[in-house]
Amino acid sequence: MRAFTYERAATPQAAAGATLAEGAKFIAGGTNLLDLMKLDIERPAHLVDINRLELNAVTDTADGGLHVGALVTNTDLASHPRVRADYAVLSRAIVAGASGQIRNKATTGGNLLQRARCPYFYDTNLPCNKREPGSGCAALTGLSRPLAVIGTSDACIAQHPSDMAVALRVLDATVNTLKADGTERTLALDDFYRLPGDTPHLETTLEAGELITGVTLPPPPGGTHVYRKVRDRASYAFALVSVAAILNGRESRFAFGGVAPRPWRDPAAEKAAADAGPVARARAVIDAAFADARPTEQNAFKVPLLRRTLSAVLEEHSTTGGQK
Amino acid sequence: MKFDQPATTNPIDQERVVTRPHTRIEGPLKVTGQAPYAYEYRLPEAPTYGFVLGAGVARGRITAIDTAAAEAAPGVLLVLTHENMPAQGASDTPVPQQEDASPQLAGPEIRHYHQAVAFVVAETFEQARAAAHLIRVTYDVTPGQFTLADTLEEGKEPDDAADSVVGDFEEAFGAAAVTVDLTYTTPDQSQAPMEPHATIAHWEGEELTVHTAHQVVHWVKRGLAMTLKVPQKNVRVISAYVGGGFGTKLLFFSDAVLSAAAARVLGRPVKTALQRPLIFNNTSHRAATIQRVRLGADHAGNLSAVGHDTWTGNLPGGDSEPACEQTKYLYAGPNRQIRTRQSELDLPPGASMRAPGEAVGMLAIEGAMDELAEKLGVDPVELRLMNDVQFDPEKGPKRPFSSRKLAQALRTGARAFGWDGRPRTPRERQEGEWLIGYGVASAFRTNLVKPSGATVRLEPGGTLTVETQMTDIGTGSYTILGQVAAEMLGLTLEQVQVRLGDSEYPASSGSGGSWGANSASAGVYAACDALRRDLAKQAGYPYADAVFRSGKVWQGAECTELSELAGKEGVSATGSMTYGDLDEQFAQAGFGAHFVEVRVNAHTAEIRVNRALSVVGAGRILNPVTARSQCLGGMTMGIGSALMEELHVDHDLGLFVNHDLGEYHVPVHADIPDMDVIFLDELDDASSPLRAKGLGELGISGVGAAVANAVYNATGVRVRDFPITLDKILAGWDD
Ligand SMILES: Cc1cc2nc3c(=O)[nH]c(=O)nc-3n(C[C@H](O)[C@H](O)[C@H](O)COP(=O)(O)OP(=O)(O)OC[C@H]3O[C@@H](n4cnc5c(N)ncnc54)[C@H](O)[C@@H]3O)c2cc1C
Ligand code: SF4
Repeated sequence: MRAFTYERAATPQAAAGATLAEGAKFIAGGTNLLDLMKLDIERPAHLVDINRLELNAVTDTADGGLHVGALVTNTDLASHPRVRADYAVLSRAIVAGASGQIRNKATTGGNLLQRARCPYFYDTNLPCNKREPGSGCAALTGLSRPLAVIGTSDACIAQHPSDMAVALRVLDATVNTLKADGTERTLALDDFYRLPGDTPHLETTLEAGELITGVTLPPPPGGTHVYRKVRDRASYAFALVSVAAILNGRESRFAFGGVAPRPWRDPAAEKAAADAGPVARARAVIDAAFADARPTEQNAFKVPLLRRTLSAVLEEHSTTGGQK
Repeated sequence: MKFDQPATTNPIDQERVVTRPHTRIEGPLKVTGQAPYAYEYRLPEAPTYGFVLGAGVARGRITAIDTAAAEAAPGVLLVLTHENMPAQGASDTPVPQQEDASPQLAGPEIRHYHQAVAFVVAETFEQARAAAHLIRVTYDVTPGQFTLADTLEEGKEPDDAADSVVGDFEEAFGAAAVTVDLTYTTPDQSQAPMEPHATIAHWEGEELTVHTAHQVVHWVKRGLAMTLKVPQKNVRVISAYVGGGFGTKLLFFSDAVLSAAAARVLGRPVKTALQRPLIFNNTSHRAATIQRVRLGADHAGNLSAVGHDTWTGNLPGGDSEPACEQTKYLYAGPNRQIRTRQSELDLPPGASMRAPGEAVGMLAIEGAMDELAEKLGVDPVELRLMNDVQFDPEKGPKRPFSSRKLAQALRTGARAFGWDGRPRTPRERQEGEWLIGYGVASAFRTNLVKPSGATVRLEPGGTLTVETQMTDIGTGSYTILGQVAAEMLGLTLEQVQVRLGDSEYPASSGSGGSWGANSASAGVYAACDALRRDLAKQAGYPYADAVFRSGKVWQGAECTELSELAGKEGVSATGSMTYGDLDEQFAQAGFGAHFVEVRVNAHTAEIRVNRALSVVGAGRILNPVTARSQCLGGMTMGIGSALMEELHVDHDLGLFVNHDLGEYHVPVHADIPDMDVIFLDELDDASSPLRAKGLGELGISGVGAAVANAVYNATGVRVRDFPITLDKILAGWDD
């Protein structure tokens, strides 16, 4: 960890302004940023602590949706009564991630911006375009089993590790931001996250100094909410694959985690074989959504695993009859 | 005291304290944070902090190392590199040694990834770490060999694992009615103990004291003295509390050597804990193996040919992973061939990890037994019973086992576990989404004993103090040594104080190879025996008549209070136990059986363990609470080795890439189910006066095979490439 200066921001606007400075970064829960600083991967010269900002409320929106402040902790969000009742997929995704202690600290904004879990990203001696643009991508020929199968590039194949974001994607949530010049933006998740292309170090479309102020959930979508995470051990591991589903007959929606640089969703594919049984439907949806998948030899299993996982989700739903 | 005749009746047989369940006597200190681990000692003088920088390449030479920015960084007191490292003892291998010189920063040559290339000492830990990141190292990189599978032709018969051949294996195997010929691979694994390798070193004049996390105090004392070129008598080592070792703390690494060297240069204490990401490549690990098991039997299942070949690799001068070892002893069969081939690899050093050999060798032999049973159409429990043998199968009846309760363990376990109710064929049972499978495997671990000593002191007031270099690496040594001493002197456990892990005390076996409890207890036994003789004499009773009970020594109805005999000064005695050749006369090992039920998701192939039972015959169980914990820990580790533990080698860059606990997976609580342990009644007269045997590694030896066999029973897929992850099952279900 390099030496850095620190300030505590009093207002969102002040925070955004302060973080315009070269090498400045926001710090929220710190559960990702501090780890990366200790390993010399993130080297901010100045930290702007946003924890005292009044962005920690969950409020109803005029249209019956929900606004979640950027500083609402993962624990508070997952246990919020309206989230549990109307957006259960979000609760389930959050509690499938990390550990109780980490979720107590982790924030909504920080979770969206947590960085890749590619092992090469975590060692400053090793080639990694995301950490050190132009240094190469060791994962392409090395350990790629945990990494992404779609949306990748020759420069980077890291997957986005967040569980929460997969649920937000299936809910069509939007990200609310405040720029240093005082303007506000609202971004759909697909516009918020960039694909790696030639610039895997740029992960979002946020501009310098742009603060996430919160996340907006549209009115409750109804349906049965499922989050199913498949991993190498029973708990405390990132997803090999995950499925966030809102099951509602032909209108069902699916988003996929652990397989792409951002939560992966293909609304057109969701309609595939919508009247077929679970196995055939899952096959049709995954075949359509992952037609462009480019897995490595080590992670080629993720596509069939995803199909099987979706099939399990559909089958469970068809046998339990729509229980929430 | 020499143990060279089988044990006869002795005071331990009273079993008034020994064999009774006691929770750890140091437990309250640990849970209240008052038991200082190596890094936590407070010295009168403020410490400085060391930080080890690891090499960024696997093989090559340092051509330039620029430390100027680090030296100029705030708080930095010293930067050591190979260019300014004080003179050290030499070693002819890059593998750190147990009790020999193990130099660090010895030259520009890089032999493995994360080998120490610089050591920064600063006023605070954060300053040392920040400065270390400012060091620029330039390497001339040399290609290395990082792939075991590419070296099979080059492997040589290692000194520590000679070929062992009986009869004519090839002929018998060729002629056998039923055979299996199977190849298994096991990955590199990391001990990654909860407490990292850590040291505080400080000098007073020519005298060095190190608080360090180590398993065998006199080894590191000698090794450090040889490395630093100082007389052994000038080195004091304290390892009073150790947070797990699993073999890696049998060696000493950069934290110890560099802290000691830097403390001497600076004239101030230096403390260093290896940062977690360094532990996987800088310290030792269990080397990967490729194993081929060939078994030949008649139609009934009687083995006629037993063959086990292991290929493994290490840096030059490193030990082998003796994965064939158990196959010498486990089952009968007249024709046997056991061979290890070791090649040179440029990966980090391989060394002992919990149950070196058996932990991975049992995965192969016990998997092969399951496949043979299936081919024969016999119950895998029956197949094992059929091939049970009461003597060393290589040496014949002239070398019987001192005690061997394999058959009883299998039968007891089968009954307790409900083996009869198992699914007989793969994929037979499904509950909801989950396929259910049962698996069994034998447990085996060689029994080892080592010389060990202790001092016991009867204090004024009649309490007893035990002092020995023995370590407690989380195993329960404090408690059982207290129990042994209490039993010997007729005291309660509360009346005994145990002090461990200081080189000022008599040398001990230390902890490793499951020898600790039995050997160190025997050392305490010897010291207590000497003290009992002194006290009986003082009381004026013939030793043969003296009975120690209730804080008194008795002759018939007459008695003298121990507190009276202790006087104002106390009375102390020192003793140690050495061993004759009983281990030559008798084959000695712990035996047992593992039963496991798994569930495997029929969609996703996620594997979870439902329940596991170990039945254990390991001689006298000195304390069922700590013994049970040892078994549960071993079983947990065995489940991990079957299902998730794996250091991923990058075959181009030559390192273990997943070098943190986020990506190096071991079981979490949610992975560990309902587990149980049954101890069989057993006394092993030939192992020590305690009649106990090694236990700490028996739990891990075989359980992984039982998991693998259960996974096959559930899924119909045999995975012989460990760990068994869900992708490998899915590959077998090809759809
Ligand atoms: C051991 C471990 C296991 C984990 N397992 C999982 C898992 O299984 N699933 C999962 O989803 N996650 C997992 N996580 C990740 C965890 O969810 C994230 O670390 C956490 O959500 C980050 O939130 P934070 O508030 O601590 O972010 P911080 O560390 O404070 O910040 C992260 C990044 O976001 C930026 N930032 C934070 N807030 C804002 C804002 N309002 N506006 C703009 N920028 C902002 C920071 O500058 C920084 O770059 C795990 C983490 C650990 C350490
Ligand atoms: S996949 Fe991405 S994060 Fe991983 S090494 Fe390649 S560039 Fe770095």
